[in-house]
Amino acid sequence: MVENNCELLRMEKVTKTFPGVRALTNVDFCLHKGEIHALVGENGAGKSTLIKVMTGVERLDEGVMIYDGKEVRIKSPQHAQSLGISTVYQEVNLCSNLSVAENLLLGREPRKFGFIQWKAMNKRAEMILGDLNVNIDVKAPLASYSTAIQQITAIARALEISSAKVLILDEPTSSLDAQESELIFKVMRKLKEKGVGIIFITHFINQIYAVADRITILRNGCLVGTYKTEELSTFDLIKKMIGRSLAEYEDMKKSDYPVSERKLVASVEEIAHGNDLEPTDLELNSGEVVGMAGLLGSGRTALAELIFGVSEPDEGKLEVGDTVLARHTPHDSLMNGIGLCPEDRKESGIVGDLTIRENIILAMQAKLGWFKFLSKAKQYEMANKYIDMLQIMTPSPDQLVKNLSGGNQQKVILARWLAIHPNLLILDEPTRGIDIGTKAEIQKLVISLAEDGMACMFISSELEEVMRTSNRIVVMRDREKVTELPGDVSEQLIMEAIAGSDG
Amino acid sequence: MANQSNHKISLFRRFRNSQLFWPLVALVIILAFDGIYAPGFFELGIVDGHLYGNLIDVVNNGAPLILVAIGMTMVIATNGVDLSVGAVIAISAAMGAVLINPAFGNELISNEILTQNISKTPLPLIVLANLAAGTICGLWNGFLVSRGKIQPMVATLILMVGGRGLAQLITNGQIMTIYYTPYYVFGNGYLLGIPVSVYIVVAVLLIAVLLVRKTSIGLFVESVGVNAKSAFYSGISEKNIKLMAYTFCSFCAAIAGLILSSYVHSADANNLGLDYELDAILSVVIGGTLMAGGRFSLVASVIGALVIRTFTITMYTVGVPANALMAAKAVLVLLVILLYSEQSRKLLNKLSENKKRKQKINEA
Amino acid sequence: MKPRIKKFLFTNGPLLATICIFILVYILGGQLYPAMQKPQVFFNLFINNGSLLIIAIGMTMVVLMGGIDLSVSGMIALTSVASASLLLLDMNPVLVMALMLLMGILIGLVQGFIIHYLKVEAFVVTLMGLFFTRGMAYVINKSSVTIKNEFYKYLALTKIHLPIFEGTFIYITTLVAILLLIVVFIITRYTNFGRRIYAIGNNEQSALLMGMPVARTKLMVYSISGFCSALAGIVFSISLLSGFGGYARSMEMDAIAAVVIGGTALTGGKGNVIGTLFGVMISGTIVTILQFNGTLTSWWTRIAVGILTLIFIGIQSLFYIRKKQI
Repeated sequence: MVENNCELLRMEKVTKTFPGVRALTNVDFCLHKGEIHALVGENGAGKSTLIKVMTGVERLDEGVMIYDGKEVRIKSPQHAQSLGISTVYQEVNLCSNLSVAENLLLGREPRKFGFIQWKAMNKRAEMILGDLNVNIDVKAPLASYSTAIQQITAIARALEISSAKVLILDEPTSSLDAQESELIFKVMRKLKEKGVGIIFITHFINQIYAVADRITILRNGCLVGTYKTEELSTFDLIKKMIGRSLAEYEDMKKSDYPVSERKLVASVEEIAHGNDLEPTDLELNSGEVVGMAGLLGSGRTALAELIFGVSEPDEGKLEVGDTVLARHTPHDSLMNGIGLCPEDRKESGIVGDLTIRENIILAMQAKLGWFKFLSKAKQYEMANKYIDMLQIMTPSPDQLVKNLSGGNQQKVILARWLAIHPNLLILDEPTRGIDIGTKAEIQKLVISLAEDGMACMFISSELEEVMRTSNRIVVMRDREKVTELPGDVSEQLIMEAIAGSDG
Repeated sequence: MANQSNHKISLFRRFRNSQLFWPLVALVIILAFDGIYAPGFFELGIVDGHLYGNLIDVVNNGAPLILVAIGMTMVIATNGVDLSVGAVIAISAAMGAVLINPAFGNELISNEILTQNISKTPLPLIVLANLAAGTICGLWNGFLVSRGKIQPMVATLILMVGGRGLAQLITNGQIMTIYYTPYYVFGNGYLLGIPVSVYIVVAVLLIAVLLVRKTSIGLFVESVGVNAKSAFYSGISEKNIKLMAYTFCSFCAAIAGLILSSYVHSADANNLGLDYELDAILSVVIGGTLMAGGRFSLVASVIGALVIRTFTITMYTVGVPANALMAAKAVLVLLVILLYSEQSRKLLNKLSENKKRKQKINEA
Repeated sequence: MKPRIKKFLFTNGPLLATICIFILVYILGGQLYPAMQKPQVFFNLFINNGSLLIIAIGMTMVVLMGGIDLSVSGMIALTSVASASLLLLDMNPVLVMALMLLMGILIGLVQGFIIHYLKVEAFVVTLMGLFFTRGMAYVINKSSVTIKNEFYKYLALTKIHLPIFEGTFIYITTLVAILLLIVVFIITRYTNFGRRIYAIGNNEQSALLMGMPVARTKLMVYSISGFCSALAGIVFSISLLSGFGGYARSMEMDAIAAVVIGGTALTGGKGNVIGTLFGVMISGTIVTILQFNGTLTSWWTRIAVGILTLIFIGIQSLFYIRKKQI
């Protein structure tokens, strides 16, 4: 059968469970020779787990992997590499201080009597890159080149080492602009001609359509389907990725804070920041949940961080109440009644080695300053109040936050900001990596906060959450605001906005 | 159900789990060793109306080290380090002592005047100059680290390398012998039979502990040490916390300089406070505060300093030559660090898990 | 032409700055004190700073890799006393030197082991190494031990006359530092081992992912640093024909300062031994100028070195920030 001849890698009914989480359930996947196959899905969909199983970082619990016609059990990353399966990750895992040639050939440099032959090495490097139609000065340090070139070097090295048959590219274009991405695509197409099977993981829809032959969509650990790119419209793709799922949710009613009583809490005008955000306007009112819809990388986090003072805008104005905030820090935002639950709770949210109590009172204490110290009694009172209110699962407030589950950690961070009774609360992907039950709790909480008069900015890549909670929906795409829609608008309309005109 | 769990855990349990436990155990072990092998160690006598003996020596001579250890703890807790404390001791002592007979330009002061028991500057002003010099050094370090974004080790290295030169500048290259007797009170004075230096240390410790536990400073320092980014996102000014830590550290070093120079009756820019940074870091490490920062305990560092001093004096008493002491200290500290390290913790966990498993099997 | 010049300046900026400063300082010295213009003064730089240069070279390798070795001065002291004592016992001088080098390698290896496998910070481990070695030096002998061995004396006193200039000379031991410099330069530039050091210093995680034997490399580099310290100790004891536990106090700081001034970043991955050479020469020149002056104390060197270190750290961070913006 023709199928068997051009099939490079096949995964059948792969299941993988981690403690507490089903990462993959019965997933099928098939990669052909000489094809660019896009693997798509939002965070938590199971893409990284599938790749980890393919490359030997994790072992599958159930299912089979067939490589080059034979069944294999991949024991380790080295094993995968020796078979010809190579991976290049989002972060360029190279050494920026060494030259391009060195990075390509480190460990395998042409040598004579043990001494590196620089001329020969540079020539060989030029040849390797020339093969991919990339012609640069290989003697220059890697750091002097754009991320795109660095990525290409990483790809070339990966290919060199294992004479790869399967190349997995994990978000190679995340930090690249359109021109640089095109460079990567050129390399990918060249490799495709040579018969290499490429798995291309990306969240950029237009890029999928630019290079991919086929698309596999994962969602919540399950396979949604595999399609030929030419047979799947952008709209359908997005719908399958983030459209309404069959998960059961209680009927959640949105905030019914009377529209007439809504007051302007904060507004941004023409705010922009480098490559992360084009000039954007936004108004946030009390008693209203503003949902920020869009895909990863659309600029929502950039906007949130600008409002909160983590980064400084290149242009534009931010007003909170009557005050204009410029060159402000999170401390200033705090004092003006703004709170932010950051996207990466491990890196910028929790203080892991401190207790729940200490984490919860932290912002409140920051507001009071160095010398007005909350008494222990008051601290415990506050901590217990929020532990009860948010149903944080812990035997005591003295538990270290790093030992809590993701959902409970998120609740602790929420509690931290609720404690200062902000006028505006920004939540950036608050339900990411959290179990379904807690997800629902958090969404209900956001609605009730709005009902009590708080202005909420709710950023989420899960469209159903945005639709369920928001009174108003702002759609962002490619680092700029596309449109604003009323909260009860149809899913169709939102998707169209996210998909843009290529739907 | 979450509740205030403090009173449910017995006092002993809390002590056992606190940071003070292991340093105190170490101290007790050393003292026990003394009790067995060097019974004369614990002798206390009264000479000239004040207490005298090894134990007093530990605290009296150890006072400067204790002070520097307190300051160093704050810096290490923010995930930093201060290598310049020795130089700061020299600089601040020089700044204060030089005011006794300030010479401007190339003015030469006769030996007669220099050796007189008179000071051209009142003592309080001398002390002030000393402390001010130390504080400025601390601000310098603090700005380099917090605003200049330079690695702490690198930033404080600069003052460490150039600082003694600065001290030499202040003293005009002379080793200043101090003849002004009121200056001696800090290092040699006694009040109610107890050395003045002890009072100073207790006062500083008290104020520091109050500052750190009765205000939010302690909490902020720990947050910055554990995760400076999260602290920043929570509205804490991590830059100012770091600035404060380095300033406080040098301030403590300045007080230590005052006591040290008072004790030896001189401000020697070359040798005053030599190797103090090393002993200070060791004290903090023995006290259980991790080099990576986070949770800290000033009292535990004080105990750590006591451990080092007691260890030193024990070695002398037992007859170990002073030279071997250095080598012994090195081994001691490495052992302590290894004990506290992740690896041994994992090893201990594994061992206790095996024990529990065996228990379960026996019970089943 | 322009972009090429820019690239050259970019990659070699700090080194060029160091060389310029050296030339400037030297010329300044020559202007202030005409006696300094004599060629021998230049060669004296190498004669007087032989030991410092040797440990600075070893230190360069460690720092390039992202580590630090504070134990170097203690090793010099230990080596000097140990050699002197062994020579007193009439041991063969060549054997003594071999034993010292072996000891240096071993101590370096142990430190490297604790640093990498037991994951204790290099700063702390080598600090303890400093204590330990210097302490052991004092244990061997509380006071200074004279070396009367003929071979050592020969090495110490034999002048090598240089044909280039009239009346200039160096000693045999001076050649050691220069030879070591050449060898290490070749290693860092032309061997995989050397490139690995740069790779690990830049990003240990990446180096590991690229398949480099990181653990082995780290152990070797610390061993080499120990070797260099022992070698410097041998040179030191030859120059002074004695051994003492108090020798080379604070020399580890001088070595680090020289490395930094030479353009090697303390964060790792950037710099080279040529820069370190000039770093040593700069501090050596400053000392020379002070000697010719006669009135200023040697502590002015400390201040000057401190300021220079600050300036170079500043330059380094500037380059680092510029690079990030690219």
